[in-house]
Amino acid sequence: MNMLSINIFQNWLNHTHGIWYVLVLAGIAALYLGFFAVAGLMLVYLERRVAGYFQLRLGPNRVGPWGLLQTIADALKLVSKEIFMPKFADKLLYKIGYYIVIVSSLVALAVIPFSRQIQALDINVGIFFVSAVSSVGVLGILFGAWGSRNKYSLIGAMRSGLQMISYELSAGFAIIAVVLMAGTLKMTGIVEAQKDTWFLFQGHLPAIVAFVIFIIAGTAESNRVPFDLVEAEAELGAGFHTEYSGMGFAYFFLAEFINMFIISALAVTLFLGGWLAPFGITDGLPAQWLWGMVWFFVKVLAVIFLLMWFRWTFPRLRIDQLLTLEWKYLLPIGLVNTVIMAFIVWKDWLIHI
Amino acid sequence: MAYFGKILYGIKTLWTGMKVTGGYFFPNLLTKKDVITVQYPDEPAVVFERFKGEVVMWHNENNEHRCTGCQACEIACPNGSIEIIWKREVDPETGKKKKMLDQHIYHLSMCTMCSLCIQACPTNAIMWSVNFHNATYDRSQLTKVLNKPGSKLMAGVEE
Repeated sequence: MNMLSINIFQNWLNHTHGIWYVLVLAGIAALYLGFFAVAGLMLVYLERRVAGYFQLRLGPNRVGPWGLLQTIADALKLVSKEIFMPKFADKLLYKIGYYIVIVSSLVALAVIPFSRQIQALDINVGIFFVSAVSSVGVLGILFGAWGSRNKYSLIGAMRSGLQMISYELSAGFAIIAVVLMAGTLKMTGIVEAQKDTWFLFQGHLPAIVAFVIFIIAGTAESNRVPFDLVEAEAELGAGFHTEYSGMGFAYFFLAEFINMFIISALAVTLFLGGWLAPFGITDGLPAQWLWGMVWFFVKVLAVIFLLMWFRWTFPRLRIDQLLTLEWKYLLPIGLVNTVIMAFIVWKDWLIHI
Repeated sequence: MAYFGKILYGIKTLWTGMKVTGGYFFPNLLTKKDVITVQYPDEPAVVFERFKGEVVMWHNENNEHRCTGCQACEIACPNGSIEIIWKREVDPETGKKKKMLDQHIYHLSMCTMCSLCIQACPTNAIMWSVNFHNATYDRSQLTKVLNKPGSKLMAGVEE
């Protein structure tokens, strides 16, 4: 950085917003980072525990009370591991891959409203921004797989790209159905529009179809079972992160779980009324921001549990089955669904209780 | 119409699968009575009787064993896990010199639990134990002497 650009930066700091503004922004960013690092670890713990109960086991229950510290111990172990790089790896792409994955999922978190007051950034194209940014993550997967120069990684990453391109369409149509009802792309606007009835119940059958399509496409986008062709342990070793060790692997792993959180948070914001309490049962109470967060996280955990239930029930799809499901079923249904939804909104047939 | 039939069939089969796994999850979450995990260090481990942990020699309450020192097990062992050191001593009953067992040495570190020694034993002197706490800090501790110190042959085994 030369003198001129430093001066410009200082001018921006001092005159445009002031140093405190920047410090507050950095503080919020640090808060988000810390919170979601821990939340990601807790989701890993939850996943293992839920998997245990599904399979008549107990899951991790030794480290800390009820095994709560298990994944923190795992993370510490990963930090202490050797950082390994394949001999013929493309060093830049190999190293840049996991940063793109984790940054894209963390950036998407910025516009998700946890409560009426708790939201880092309320931009007027919120939902569009999330769906744009969260699909950048697949670039990181492709970079990492190409950079590690391993055929299994590359096959996995190509599948991931294919999956993302296909299922982003269906997720987009499901989102459009909601945007039609809400009349805005702003996240808070979408939640406020569900004040009397959640969108899941407001739009007759098309809203429910959109919800189902969104959940399926979201599962596919976060590369979870039954759409985990990207990793496909039985075929590809570990897929795109075969050659990663230590923190590189940890970033991929954490990003996968944060993506799951984002998908669930989007499903809650779009269809299940975000921070709004069901039937307004906590509306009169003090500390509304806290109640909003409580309801938001309860709903998110419910959707996450649904995704985990899918994971431990369904077998993995073959790649041709995956594409058949998208192009032959979800996309046409999504298109027709959007048209019906537009008709309902035009005739003003939405259900308001 | 086959198109919509397939969709309905898909939903039905997926729901069937989710009912099965949900039927495992929710009772487990509430009661934990179907959990098959044994919390091993806190609860005693359940070991089957046929489990092959290590070879032991049976002794009765008078510290007598059934091993005549015939070396059949040593010959039967494919890995050389068993070494028998024998001695010639005067039998107090008959007054003649006779081959007797001195030390039955068993190398657990080389044993593959194949049971050939136990099948070869003509007097049923050695048998399997279900003990699985076989980890040690030192390899030399895996070499064991099976007959207890001061033990002698049970009367009537050789007839």
